Amino acid sequence: MDDFYRELILDHYKNPRFRGTLDPYTFTYEDENPLCGDKLRIDVRLDETGHVAESAFTGRGCAISQASASLLMEKIQGASLDELRALSKDDVLELLGIELTPARLKCALLSLKVLKAGAYGLSDDTTPDA
Amino acid sequence: MPHSIHTCRSDFPILSREAHPGVPLTFLDSGASSQKPESVIAAMDDYYRRHHANVHRGIHVLAEEATALYEGARDKVQRFINAATREEVVFTRNATEAINLVAYSWARANLKAGDRIVLTEMEHHANLVPWQILAGQIGVELDYVPVTDDGLLDLDAYARLLTREPKLVAFTHMSNVLGTINPVESLAAQAHAGGAKVLVDGAQSVPHLPVDVQALGADFLAFSAHKMCGPTGMGVLWARQDLLEAMPVFMGGGDMIRKVTLAGFKPNELPYKFEAGTPAIAEAVGLGAAVDYLTGLGMPAVAAHERELIAYALERLEEIPGVRVYGPSADRKGGVAAFTLEGVHPHDIAQVLDRDGVAVRAGHHCAQPLHERFDLAATARASFYLYNTREDVDRLVVSLYRVKQLFA
Repeated sequence: MDDFYRELILDHYKNPRFRGTLDPYTFTYEDENPLCGDKLRIDVRLDETGHVAESAFTGRGCAISQASASLLMEKIQGASLDELRALSKDDVLELLGIELTPARLKCALLSLKVLKAGAYGLSDDTTPDA
Repeated sequence: MPHSIHTCRSDFPILSREAHPGVPLTFLDSGASSQKPESVIAAMDDYYRRHHANVHRGIHVLAEEATALYEGARDKVQRFINAATREEVVFTRNATEAINLVAYSWARANLKAGDRIVLTEMEHHANLVPWQILAGQIGVELDYVPVTDDGLLDLDAYARLLTREPKLVAFTHMSNVLGTINPVESLAAQAHAGGAKVLVDGAQSVPHLPVDVQALGADFLAFSAHKMCGPTGMGVLWARQDLLEAMPVFMGGGDMIRKVTLAGFKPNELPYKFEAGTPAIAEAVGLGAAVDYLTGLGMPAVAAHERELIAYALERLEEIPGVRVYGPSADRKGGVAAFTLEGVHPHDIAQVLDRDGVAVRAGHHCAQPLHERFDLAATARASFYLYNTREDVDRLVVSLYRVKQLFA
């Protein structure tokens, strides 16, 4: 519990990386967590080989939701579309490095949900599982 | 023996536990649900150990004792809210079900498409959604009294909405977010002058203020046991007897019937007409014990204690830079302080406070339209009850300074 707001999370919350929007983008997606009012939009631009050239997020929410978005943006630089689609809950929890209660899990996973919905939205061959 | 309002904290076993190892519990979430005194826990335990059987049915000693305890709880509630008769006290599952009972039974029998209902922007979802369902199903129109920046109802707007001749006015006695205590007597008198019926959501007022239904002048009052030292799963609908007599039955089943044939049924007399199926007997016994407990302390003493506590809490909270408390000044509100802290999300506030054992709620507190009115996604809310003390407020404030430090 003392770890909850460890340096890394507070740092990413106070100084978010990759914050903003992209123009043009390959895909964009926005969603919210209606229970707590957290909102998140993620834009991603892929290069000609189908890898992430640039990504950005905007939104409002608690430290956990915003830090997890920032950490996720950092992680996906250069990733392929398949790698984006294969991201899992455990990947995000590993980035955060903390134990989360069920109530806070939703905050932590909002960015993953938004990213994968965007990535899967590019073609409709499969549905996201996050 | 019950203690006085100043020493009653020790009547609540849960308040002596630790929140985390070595960290005492500071419970400031009674607006969501209150804790239970030993006497309520013991009454329910004793009921199951010694008296349980189904009510209104058997001709044996346990059935008679269970029935006497269940009906005794009704008498206690009648006296507690000064209802004219015991038939006016209908047991429900909670305040939400009580409001739904009125929406399904009274409203569907008395309202038609185009009829208007006046609500307010400060309502809990329980006093919004049943009417929105009704609007969708039978086409009634809903009007909302706006809330001022100070967290009060806009009374000029209310008067204007009454000129549209609503059939029902439904509002909260005390806001679960702003703490605003609404002037029920005058609001009800104005509504009645235009021929509207009046429903009052008493979920936050009945536990905290002396409530006399005959003085209030309302037609319906809904409240929940679990916010007033009683158990969950138990609520009350009080309504004027003539209205209840004329209302069609709500749910069908055992207990609510006088006679059933294959061709049809005859409804039971009040209040059983609205209590289908085996009721929450132990919970009714628990509510009766809660009413005894509150009566022992004295509701005027409870209200005075909370008035003093909220005045102190507002003074201490407002001295913290970056804290904004929503709602009216202490003299116009109950023991609720919904607040924000600049730069910190309410969920993060609640999470850090929890490390210090301070339990507050974070979110929209089932009042999303009210939060939108103030352009907020969420607030943190400290809510006080009879067992809270100035020391609880001090611990909240110390912990809030820690939140600020962490997020600075």
